[in-house]
Amino acid sequence: MRRVAITGVGAISAIGRNAAEFAASLRQGRSGIGPIESADSSQLRFRNGAEVRGYCHQPYFDDRRADFMDRFAQFAVIAAREAVADAGVVWTPELRETAAIVTGSCVGGQSTEDIGFHEVYKLGHNRVHPLTIPKTMANAGASHISMEFGITGPSFTISTACASAGHAIGQAFWMLRTGAAELAITGGSEAPFSFGILKAWEAMRVVSPDTCRPFSKDRRGMILGEGAAMFVLEPLEAARARGARVHAEIVGLGMSSDACHITQPSPDGAARALRAVLRDAGLAPEQIGYINAHGTATPANDPAEAAAIRCVFGAHAGRLPVSSTKSMHGHALGAAAALECLAAVTALRDGVLPPTANFSEFDPDCDLDVIPNQAREAQVEYALSNSFAFGGLNAVLALRRA
Amino acid sequence: MSDELIQRVLKVIATSKRIPLETVTIESDFQQLGIDSMDAVEILFALENEFDISIPDEEVRAVRNVRQMCEGVEKLIAAQAADAAANQ
Repeated sequence: MRRVAITGVGAISAIGRNAAEFAASLRQGRSGIGPIESADSSQLRFRNGAEVRGYCHQPYFDDRRADFMDRFAQFAVIAAREAVADAGVVWTPELRETAAIVTGSCVGGQSTEDIGFHEVYKLGHNRVHPLTIPKTMANAGASHISMEFGITGPSFTISTACASAGHAIGQAFWMLRTGAAELAITGGSEAPFSFGILKAWEAMRVVSPDTCRPFSKDRRGMILGEGAAMFVLEPLEAARARGARVHAEIVGLGMSSDACHITQPSPDGAARALRAVLRDAGLAPEQIGYINAHGTATPANDPAEAAAIRCVFGAHAGRLPVSSTKSMHGHALGAAAALECLAAVTALRDGVLPPTANFSEFDPDCDLDVIPNQAREAQVEYALSNSFAFGGLNAVLALRRA
Repeated sequence: MSDELIQRVLKVIATSKRIPLETVTIESDFQQLGIDSMDAVEILFALENEFDISIPDEEVRAVRNVRQMCEGVEKLIAAQAADAAANQ
């Protein structure tokens, strides 16, 4: 079994147009949450989101190329380009054939679909734009990445709601570890700011009317986010041999399903995923020095997650910093686990643990060290990134400092 | 509270949750009826359609039983009627 290195990172999000800006925002505890711009929020119960403000497909894509891509697919390619450039990948015909792409997305190009359905249902037009299907499909991100770099190896997309990118990165990690691929581009992308999608989230009554306050007693729900984060994975030995910079290692993936309820989280299911990742990585609970939480700031998630962490880590949970960076980049659904994995990688690499922003009041039901509001300097050897999706499908990644 | 309003609320709950109408009374609480958070969100949606009202999130946070739900609906209908009168 091979060790797996992250040699390239890329991101676009509400708190930065690239990975360096993203890291700087986390360090400063700067939130990207603000009034929603890219959809009409006047008929919504909530007003705020974590958008990539002022985004335009230029200078990233010329008009004709952009015609073929929903915003979520554009984000996927933008982040992948940065990750590939960062890794300094030297493409050969052999590498293109043995490289894999595994992306995560929850809603895919539903924003494009929403516009098309508005045309037929509301405006009474008799036809929908012919690119609606190829723009909407959730695998469009992976497909456009494959065309961008001429990658002809195994490529696919995983859709497990808010854990999509966690499962995707985990599968890419396992493919590298077992020798099923020699390089992988993996992560997640999402762009859910479309009126129909926002109305659906409103109906669930889980979106906060103001901001996202994970683990805080006065939390009132999640804030939707968008963006992408992508990683280049390589076998550690090969990365070292070519003198590549290693941001961090991926050392474990733990998965579980709650088999319980379609939306309510189960502490048992989360705990099983946490135990599974420790087993996969061969780690003891005491070796973990930081957890990037799922931390949605809904009334239900945060106490369930805290209970799961308490259950698995026992006394060590009292000394284990846990933060939710959703307080800054929002809940980017199928991209969430990718942005949060990048936050954990950044924490290990730079020795700075990102805070839980917007935290105002301790909640005894979330009795954890949540790094309130101020980033913290700490050299940590191992970190976890939690993702516990609607539908009860859970994925936790384990990372090691390079 | 009018009997008519109560009966309409009980019917919405029974229909949404797909349980016999006679199992739902003004004295029932959600836990007794097996109504979890997602069921409750569906019932609110059905109530909004039934009474043509909009139920804000903050109105529902503390609602745990059928009586509170009926009182909340009554309040929102009254507020809506007052608004309509003021706008005439």
